[in-house]
Amino acid sequence: MIDNQALDGNAIAGTLAEVFGGDMTTAIGTCGHCGTRGPVAEVVVYRRAPGVVVRCRVCDGLLMVITQVRDVFCVDALGLAELQAPA
Amino acid sequence: MLELIEQTARTKSIVFDVPGWGRHRAGQHVDVRLTAEDGYQAQRSYSIASAPEDRHIELTVERIDDGEVSPYLADELLAGDEIELRGPIGGYFAWEEAPGMPVFLVGGGSGIVPLRAMLRHHRATDSAVPVRLLYSARSLDDVIYRDELTAADAGDVRLTLTRRQPAGWTGYGRRVDRELVAEVCWPAPERPLVYVCGPTGFVEAVAGALVSLGHEAARIRTERFGPTGGETP
Repeated sequence: MIDNQALDGNAIAGTLAEVFGGDMTTAIGTCGHCGTRGPVAEVVVYRRAPGVVVRCRVCDGLLMVITQVRDVFCVDALGLAELQAPA
Repeated sequence: MLELIEQTARTKSIVFDVPGWGRHRAGQHVDVRLTAEDGYQAQRSYSIASAPEDRHIELTVERIDDGEVSPYLADELLAGDEIELRGPIGGYFAWEEAPGMPVFLVGGGSGIVPLRAMLRHHRATDSAVPVRLLYSARSLDDVIYRDELTAADAGDVRLTLTRRQPAGWTGYGRRVDRELVAEVCWPAPERPLVYVCGPTGFVEAVAGALVSLGHEAARIRTERFGPTGGETP
């Protein structure tokens, strides 16, 4: 069940570009919980929490947490098994 | 900022002259960053409403009453003011032409904004790819870009008004469900490329309907705006 407040990976394209140095919405991520592979644009994104919480669209597993203090980003991507940069 | 254009009671288009702007792709967005005097920053993403061929950058902002950014953009920004825009951002929900395959655009509410950029781009480039728009709004007064979308040369635009229809309305008057998608979209074997944009619940419903009609998930590009407009409070 998807929460109506939830956004998707398009909403954090700017933040991800800042962290990774290029557009990541077409990058292919693999969920470390259920193995689903798909474009980063399709992940579930919550921005209400302090920081950004990224979850798998299929199993709801936690993929990434991104926090920012002033100009420093902290990215915890423990739930991502793989992230394949766009070709 | 050059100009503010009232679209509906809740939405305004804001036209910017952006020196040094690189060409964007239709469907991309920008991040708007506001910085208060004390250094506090608030940032939101807004879809670009203008086509790459348009001279200026246009954003269309839905005013969220308790939002941090949209009330400022919609009510306080004056012609001549400068704000910080970063972009263009995002490569996923961006126009692509696949020769021979039609493009189906589905918008709900302010989800029309990036699709409007695609329609303008399609027209500006005289593209031969068939494009059809299905746009859902609550009433005719809530239709953003109404004059443009109802003009004789608007192209293949289908409107559905979910709450109120004017007398003599000949368009659709219901929610975008499986039946309506089946009626308006090209059949799955024709492999249309589909772009769906709008509030999260709307996008889920439309994408689910498309998949249930046999459309490949990989040919359905989605962008979710959250509960209502372009900003979560």
